[in-house]
Amino acid sequence: MTELLHRSPTAAPDAARVRLAAERVRLAYDENVVVDDLDLELAEGSFTAIVGPNGCGKSTLLRALGRLLRPTSGQVLLDGRAIAKTPTREVAKVLGLLPQTPVAPEGLTVADLVARGRHPHQNWLRQWSRDDEAVVAEALSWTSMTDLAGRPVDELSGGQRQRAWISMALAQGTDLLLLDEPTTYLDLSHQIDVLDLVARLHAERGRTVVVVLHDLNLAARYAQRLVAMKDGALVASGSPAEVLTEQLLAEVFELEARVLPDPVSGTPMVVPVRRLR
Amino acid sequence: MSVAAPARPEPAAGPVRAGRPVRVGPVSGLLRWRDVAVPAVAFAVLVLAAALSIGRGDYPIGLGEVLRTLVGLGEQTQEFVVLQLRAPRVVVGALVGLALGVSGALFQTFARNPLAAPDTLGITTGASVGAVAAIVLSGGTSTGAILGGLGVPVAALLGALATGALLFGLAWRTGIDGYRLVLVGIALWSVGAALVDWLLTRAEIHDAASAYVWITGSLNARTWDDVVPLGLAVAVLLPLALAAGRVLGVLQFGDDTARGLGVRLTGAQTAVVLLAVCLVAFAVSAAGPITFVALVVPQIAVRLTGGSRPPLLAAGLLGALLVVGADLVTRTVLPQALPVGILTAVIGAPYLLWLLVRGRRRSTV
Ligand SMILES: Nc1ncnc2c1ncn2[C@@H]1O[C@H](COP(=O)(O)OP(=O)(O)OP(=O)(O)O)[C@@H](O)[C@H]1O
Ligand SMILES: [Mg+2]
Repeated sequence: MTELLHRSPTAAPDAARVRLAAERVRLAYDENVVVDDLDLELAEGSFTAIVGPNGCGKSTLLRALGRLLRPTSGQVLLDGRAIAKTPTREVAKVLGLLPQTPVAPEGLTVADLVARGRHPHQNWLRQWSRDDEAVVAEALSWTSMTDLAGRPVDELSGGQRQRAWISMALAQGTDLLLLDEPTTYLDLSHQIDVLDLVARLHAERGRTVVVVLHDLNLAARYAQRLVAMKDGALVASGSPAEVLTEQLLAEVFELEARVLPDPVSGTPMVVPVRRLR
Repeated sequence: MSVAAPARPEPAAGPVRAGRPVRVGPVSGLLRWRDVAVPAVAFAVLVLAAALSIGRGDYPIGLGEVLRTLVGLGEQTQEFVVLQLRAPRVVVGALVGLALGVSGALFQTFARNPLAAPDTLGITTGASVGAVAAIVLSGGTSTGAILGGLGVPVAALLGALATGALLFGLAWRTGIDGYRLVLVGIALWSVGAALVDWLLTRAEIHDAASAYVWITGSLNARTWDDVVPLGLAVAVLLPLALAAGRVLGVLQFGDDTARGLGVRLTGAQTAVVLLAVCLVAFAVSAAGPITFVALVVPQIAVRLTGGSRPPLLAAGLLGALLVVGADLVTRTVLPQALPVGILTAVIGAPYLLWLLVRGRRRSTV
């Protein structure tokens, strides 16, 4: 029934199959070019974190990857096909995107919100199939939102609200999940909560995940691959240990910092010293 | 990686509380009882109000008689009075209210703003410009003669459609932003109002009087000829609007979320605005700008049904009820029969003020 959620994680991730790729994209708002000539490939089943200072173009890049922003040159490929030429609905069945600051209409309940995630799978006749019901129920329970299902979204705490939106993205049943700062406004334990959830989606459900994160230590701990951006360009990409070096922190974040192994996970841990000017 | 992933939780036991699932063959949907009950009750009260309204007049007819005549069991004289003389007024009122209610619900959902309505967006004022121009200028200039030849309803229709096109064109950038739409609409509203005033200052006293009655919105002296174009328009536009309801639920979110859910944003927005503008245009053309119905009714409907957006059908039926009811009240309770638009304005204006004073909306700016 709910095969949309059950995807075997071991199902041969034929190592390097690229699901989503940006090819020499230039991204601009009107005349203002934000990202220029950027290449990025995201492999099947990968877990990537994008890091970089405020305003460097992370959200812009994510929006382009999710077909919300059309590159002024270059292209984005989804499963080898130009995403701009793929119908919106087809994209919505494969790729889910959680914007940085999603807005829920006043009075919308959690159950309603999550149910809207099924929109790409519905049509005029089929508006609430058994599949829809099962997937929504499961998405709610995965995010521990079942008990809050009847509550209006605008009456939830920041952390609960974030989980509700992730639940909606989950109900959309897409292989690819692009999450823009899913941990903003959350205290540390709720950040861990949300990231654990995303990690489980990746590990147990084989989702290909891209997250924009500001907390470098958490990014290093959860993601397999880090992508560092500065001023709209891709500065470094690789495993957390490769990317999070003292030199890169100085270059990208203008930060003097020590990088030590995280005593819990062994991944790099950044200890800031002072701002470089 | 993550600290020991917890065991997968069991799938939820109980049903999700979004409504009652209804499935017949390939058709499925979620039904909540209030989405059925509110329109049903509104419809029942509407029929009652309509029958009462038909019964009023120089020759009063009892409620039972009216209902009997409506289902074809009345006497011949009564049949003439009820069906030929009085029913058109009520039917026009109901259809106008229906169109206004649905149109208001479409605008408010689309703009994500309870202030958005054909009144505040200048579309009804645009219709007034057309109508008043047709009345006032018909004797004079050659364009005036053409307008006059079209007749007031057609001129009003064109005025509304033209304003709708202008609104759309001016609010359009890379897409349509609800907030921008409201700002542009308010500007069009004041320009339209100024134009109407200017036309009235140039009018003969007799023309000015009939223009004033039209601007207020009135159901006086309607015949089946007024019903036909409006009825056809509603028959076509209402099903289309209801079909758009599914997309409206997603358009309510921010643009990025809506597109992320597979909505072709530009197409969907254009369709919704077009439907809303056409509905108002026909309504205003038939009865003049009966103000504030489209503004007030969708918000009443959403409070009664308790959802997150104005329900189209409930808003339509409550709109019909409001217009027919207001017409009934102006003709019976008040000492002197007033145009129905005055009563709706008396109800609506304080509500608009309240909205403006309450001001701050969570998601704008
Ligand atoms: N809708 C927009 N219109 C015009 N310019 C924009 C728009 N959105 C973003 N920008 C500009 O593009 C640049 C990159 O913005 P973007 O939102 O991609 O940054 P970001 O890396 O996500 O930052 P943050 O960490 O603060 O979220 C900024 O200079 C911003 O001012
Ligand atoms: Mg951002």
